[in-house]
Amino acid sequence: MGIQVEYYLIVSTIMLFAGIYGFLTRRNLLAMLISVELILNSADINFAVFNRYLFPDKLEGFFFTLFSIGISAAETAVAIAIIINIYRNIQNIQVKDIDKMKH
Amino acid sequence: MEYTIFIILLPLFMFLFLGLAGNKMKPVSAGILGTASLATSALLSYSTAWQYFTTPRIEGVFPAVTPINIEWLRFTEHLHIDLGILLDPISVMMLVVITTVSLMVHIYSFGYMHGEKGFQRYYAFLSLFTFSMLGLVVATNIFQMYIFWELVGVSSYLLIGFYYTKPAAIAASKKAFIVTRFADLGFLIGILVLSFYSKTFNFEALCSGDLPTLSAAAGQTFMGCSVLAWGLGLCFVGGAGKSAMFPLHIWLPDAMEGPTPVSALIHAATMVVAGVYLVARMFPLYIDYAPNVLVWIGYIGAFTSLYAAIVACVQTDIKRVLAFSTISQIGFMFVGLGVSGMGGHHGLGYMAAMFHLFTHAMFKALLFLGAGAIIHAVHSNEMKDMGQLRRQLPITHITFLIACLAISGIPPFSGFFSKDEILAAAFQFSPVMGWFMSFVAALTAFYMFRLYYNIFWGKASKHEHTPHEAPASMTTPLIILAAITCVAGFIPFGEFVSSNGQPYIIHIDSTVAITSVVIALISISIATIFYRKTSVIPERLARTFHGLYTAASHRFYIDEVYLFITKNIIFKHISAPIAWFDRHIIDGAMNLLATGTQKTAYAIRGFQSGQIQQYAWVFLVGTLLIISLLLFI
Repeated sequence: MGIQVEYYLIVSTIMLFAGIYGFLTRRNLLAMLISVELILNSADINFAVFNRYLFPDKLEGFFFTLFSIGISAAETAVAIAIIINIYRNIQNIQVKDIDKMKH
Repeated sequence: MEYTIFIILLPLFMFLFLGLAGNKMKPVSAGILGTASLATSALLSYSTAWQYFTTPRIEGVFPAVTPINIEWLRFTEHLHIDLGILLDPISVMMLVVITTVSLMVHIYSFGYMHGEKGFQRYYAFLSLFTFSMLGLVVATNIFQMYIFWELVGVSSYLLIGFYYTKPAAIAASKKAFIVTRFADLGFLIGILVLSFYSKTFNFEALCSGDLPTLSAAAGQTFMGCSVLAWGLGLCFVGGAGKSAMFPLHIWLPDAMEGPTPVSALIHAATMVVAGVYLVARMFPLYIDYAPNVLVWIGYIGAFTSLYAAIVACVQTDIKRVLAFSTISQIGFMFVGLGVSGMGGHHGLGYMAAMFHLFTHAMFKALLFLGAGAIIHAVHSNEMKDMGQLRRQLPITHITFLIACLAISGIPPFSGFFSKDEILAAAFQFSPVMGWFMSFVAALTAFYMFRLYYNIFWGKASKHEHTPHEAPASMTTPLIILAAITCVAGFIPFGEFVSSNGQPYIIHIDSTVAITSVVIALISISIATIFYRKTSVIPERLARTFHGLYTAASHRFYIDEVYLFITKNIIFKHISAPIAWFDRHIIDGAMNLLATGTQKTAYAIRGFQSGQIQQYAWVFLVGTLLIISLLLFI
């Protein structure tokens, strides 16, 4: 047991808050998407770490991580498609300009 | 006799066809189509009558036949509304009367309505009216009757308001509709009361006389009267509305704003006798469960006939004279029903009322159509614009005279026979009633001959162009109806229609007959002295009885009383507060709710900014709040 579990959790917590901070402050849709990916990845790390340290003889956590990575890849594809379409419509991907749907 | 359904359906199809496609057709072809279909209906009803009255009697009675009966709406096990056809002596007689008069009116309208705008619409409405009236008389149950009763009201409304650009016609049509509708409310409540206690709508079941539910209900009372008397009395209120009995008569004189053939068809011959027909239809019920109501019907009829006869004596519009005369004659019919008992000699009044209904329909239609021909010739309704028309309008003159003699009760014209039977029945009831009705009969003869002399004799007035006889399409119906008026009295009517169905041999009671003829002749002579040549006597009389004369010419201020009650009492003190309550309290509560919602919506609309990051902030803060709540509390 080289590295203690807290170190992993510190990394994932930093990633989570960096992601939330980025999601709330970045004005560019692509940057916001990257922030969302950070949040997801921090959760993935937690899954892997807890599986490794609490139930070393089981594999559910790892599989769930793989599953989550697959989901986030698909979600990214959809998000990028939406962003491209928004760009085609308003020649811009600044999030403050995307408020047409409120009406 | 399933083919009777076509008597009713033909006019309905004609109404739909002319109503939908009429404007695409030439007026003449629309008229011919309508008349042809009605002629077919008339032929079918004659054949029905022939077939019905030639089938042998069963136990001395013509059995009631129900060729068609469809269950239309079922409410409970016992209570259901059917649509069907009931043939019994009175409904067969009414079929003949309605189709005959309607056919005459259809033919007559060719001449009278020639060149009018909306000729096709007029024929469509005539067909609708005929359909509704036929449906009314063959109804197998009270509710079917009520449905057609309202349809009759609607078609009457449409036809009175036919000249819809004329404000008076619109007002008259509204008045007719509202007054009769108001009376029909009584009819509806009556139907509900009756059916609640009897558990059936069916006429045959109701009138069979041995319905256990009815006998059970006979003992129950409400406010001192038996519940069945209430039900039957309320039904009569509906009948009084349609038949223009006092005080619900106010719509009929105004209804003369409609085209004259319409007045002949609806407001003289058919629709206004619907009330009489209703009472006759439920006659066994009245006799068994509400004899007091029946007597009151007789009193109301007697009073109305006197009232209308007095008013008719001073009217100057010829159609209004005829309108009041109609009210008076329907009063006679109600007297006949009211004084009647059941069976044999006691049932004379019933037979007489039905007989009078039949003869009156013919000669009153003739009078109205004659009046139409006169109006067609001089373009005015007022007596002062007429006079000395007998040479210019010979056919109209003769037929009108025949009708006047008939309504005055001069033999051998039809009115004599039927009116005489009513008078005999009234004398049988009580001498006071008999003399009262004889006095009204005398007034009838007087005002009819006042009308006759003022039109055809008296002082000639100037016309822009010489009045000329109406075209053949108008005179033919006059001649046919006059011929019927001459011979109808000799029909052995009691053979076909009587209170209990057994044949009743009419024998003229010579005392009553001689009295009534003498009285009629005296009245006619008085009218001759007064009006044949210009005379000062009428004016002097009018001056002597100034109050009575003015009151009568204002129809005894009944219309004013109605206006006072509705405008000053009901509208001002009941409707206005209710309207205020509705506008301020009920609408106010709704407005408050709407305004509150709107204000709140304006206040919170800023939350939905469309800025995703703002939403994300709210979400984050909310999550943190919830977590902190879970952790620290």
